[in-house]
Amino acid sequence: MPDKKRTVRVPIGPQHPALKEPESFMVDLQGEKISSVALRLGYNHRGIEKGCEERTYMQDLFLLERVCGICSHSHATAFIQAVEEIAGLEIPRRAKYIRMLIAELERIHSHLLWLGVAGHEIGFDTLLMYSWRDRELVMDLFAELTGNRVNYAMNTLGGVRRDIAPEQFPHIQKIVDALEERTKYYIELAMTEETLAQRLSGVGYLSKEDAIRLGAVGPTSRASGADRDTRRDDPYAAYDELDFKVITDDHCDVFGRTVVRLGELMQTYSMIRQILKQMPEGPIAVKAPLKIPAGEAVSRYEAPRGEDVHYVRANGTDKPERVKVRAPTLANTQSVAKMLEDGYLADLPIVVAAIDPCFSCTDRTIAVRGDRDSKTMGWEELVQYGVRWYRDRGVDPSRIKVRGDESA
Amino acid sequence: MTVGSAVLSILVFPGFLFLVAFGLAGEFVDRKLYARLQNRQGPPWYQPLADFLKLLGKENVIPEDADRPTFRLAPVFALAAAVAAILYIPLWSATSVLPFEGDLIVVLYLLIIPTVAFFLGGWTSRSVFATIGAFRAITQVFAYEIPLFVALLAPALLANTWSISGIAAYYGAHPWLWLVNLLGFGVALVSLLGKLERVPFDTPEAETEIVAGSFTEYSGRRLAFFRLAIDCEAIVGASLVAAVFLPFGLGLSPALGILVYLAKVLFVLGILALLRTLFARLRIDQMVHFCWSVVAPIAFLQILINLVVRELI
Repeated sequence: MPDKKRTVRVPIGPQHPALKEPESFMVDLQGEKISSVALRLGYNHRGIEKGCEERTYMQDLFLLERVCGICSHSHATAFIQAVEEIAGLEIPRRAKYIRMLIAELERIHSHLLWLGVAGHEIGFDTLLMYSWRDRELVMDLFAELTGNRVNYAMNTLGGVRRDIAPEQFPHIQKIVDALEERTKYYIELAMTEETLAQRLSGVGYLSKEDAIRLGAVGPTSRASGADRDTRRDDPYAAYDELDFKVITDDHCDVFGRTVVRLGELMQTYSMIRQILKQMPEGPIAVKAPLKIPAGEAVSRYEAPRGEDVHYVRANGTDKPERVKVRAPTLANTQSVAKMLEDGYLADLPIVVAAIDPCFSCTDRTIAVRGDRDSKTMGWEELVQYGVRWYRDRGVDPSRIKVRGDESA
Repeated sequence: MTVGSAVLSILVFPGFLFLVAFGLAGEFVDRKLYARLQNRQGPPWYQPLADFLKLLGKENVIPEDADRPTFRLAPVFALAAAVAAILYIPLWSATSVLPFEGDLIVVLYLLIIPTVAFFLGGWTSRSVFATIGAFRAITQVFAYEIPLFVALLAPALLANTWSISGIAAYYGAHPWLWLVNLLGFGVALVSLLGKLERVPFDTPEAETEIVAGSFTEYSGRRLAFFRLAIDCEAIVGASLVAAVFLPFGLGLSPALGILVYLAKVLFVLGILALLRTLFARLRIDQMVHFCWSVVAPIAFLQILINLVVRELI
């Protein structure tokens, strides 16, 4: 039993420099060692799933692209694949290849971003500056190919919105070559730099059994030796036509997660070359109906952070009846508590960062049945609550005129 | 020394005003170099001064639970100790402003006071982040301070004096003997990184773990003076290392001597900036382990070398 008197409770979050998004880790410390961690989600719930039910499929595509700023293409593609499956649409092969190209470029920018964040968390800001400088190459390439650096809006129901001209291929090739050189340098750095090895090795241990038991996905699970990758296990787009290796590692620690991500980058460069070489001719989209027939589908997608799952239920109208997003971070948060066991406070930022968390993507509200502290409110009740809240503070809402609202 | 000239040297040159100006310039050099090494643009030359002035105008917040006198006085003590120390270090000639036998010990003592002030400031501000930072700062003192003492003791043994001016004069007379002290020079640089709480030894203010460590609750002009104290400490530390380990150009005319002195200090600051570019932050246990198992033995080896050399000469 930890001695209650000698533990210090440190609130890491909801506002803390180590966290890019609001999230709460209540850490009990004994000296520098962590004795327990209480994790709390829910500071950044945006109600996107509910919002999707109010919008048409095309509008949802843009809304879901904004689930995450990093893996925006992942969420949009995962959703649109589910809708296309319900509608029975077969998209052109060229559209599949363009989707894959954007997906793999997104993986590059996500992994390079992660590398920089990891460097920053262990106080190695030089690595942050270098890797984010290199990341600019791929960001600019996005601007060139899609018109946007983030939220590329390449997908549309039945294909993609923009074609990629053959004249652009050499430029993509050039940038991929440059990034491959840089990645080789980072791999060498990770293998040889002494302080980096000291800060990463043995930190945030997650055994293979625990990774599988706690449902870890993506690089987090692959670094623990769990060989799973949706691109190979359940190929979507045209991944079955590409030749690639799934990178795994058996270090089971933050160092392993770094090695896996850097190795995946090398695979991604080779995949982009294959995509450019094999890119078929043809149309980029098929005509799609506005109303989707009733049905349901689950779509799996290997986002840079791990498997992203979208569930869509259609009811024959132009709006979905239910959209459910399972972002990779939700699957990985369970394992964070395990990784932090018996760790040091100093390692907490890098351990949390090592799953490449995206908290606002994963945030959801939970109501526990029969729990006295958990309370749910319906729409009417919420309106009443708002009216009461303002009235108590001396504001009379009945005198405020809302334009276009005749009943007021 | 008359009262007038003593006041002048304490307040203007080489005391307070000079040290503050040089400290801010040193911070600029450090930040610019750090930025250029990281492929960034870096700040303009007046940025440290602008930061200082801006902080002076900001609101001062003292936590409710804090011990108010200690919380208020800690930055003043830190700055005063750093400024006092410069008076005992020979800068461009072989004598300091107030040399006496044993001033080496006094300077080392004065240079611990800022760290103790960080500890007290963090400890009395009662925030968990500040408390953890304060404890890390004081833990670190025991790791780097002894290697630093030993590294500075070795040249003193060879010169057979406890006065920094005496050491500078001795090595000025035997210029090639500085090569004997190279190991100690390295140890002193590493210890200086710890003293200034820079990467890889910046655990006491590790941003991603404990926000700003001891300084978490500080704001406004108190934070400004803490930061100024660190800038001044950097210059004093670099000057001390330069005086003991780089005994060049001591007999030159004052104008030329000052240029040589500035070059030496900037060289030391440059090495410090380079070192903090190269490494990741060590954990506190790794830091202590590194200092005791690598840095301290090297420092003792330096003592052995100097004892042997002393017998030979």
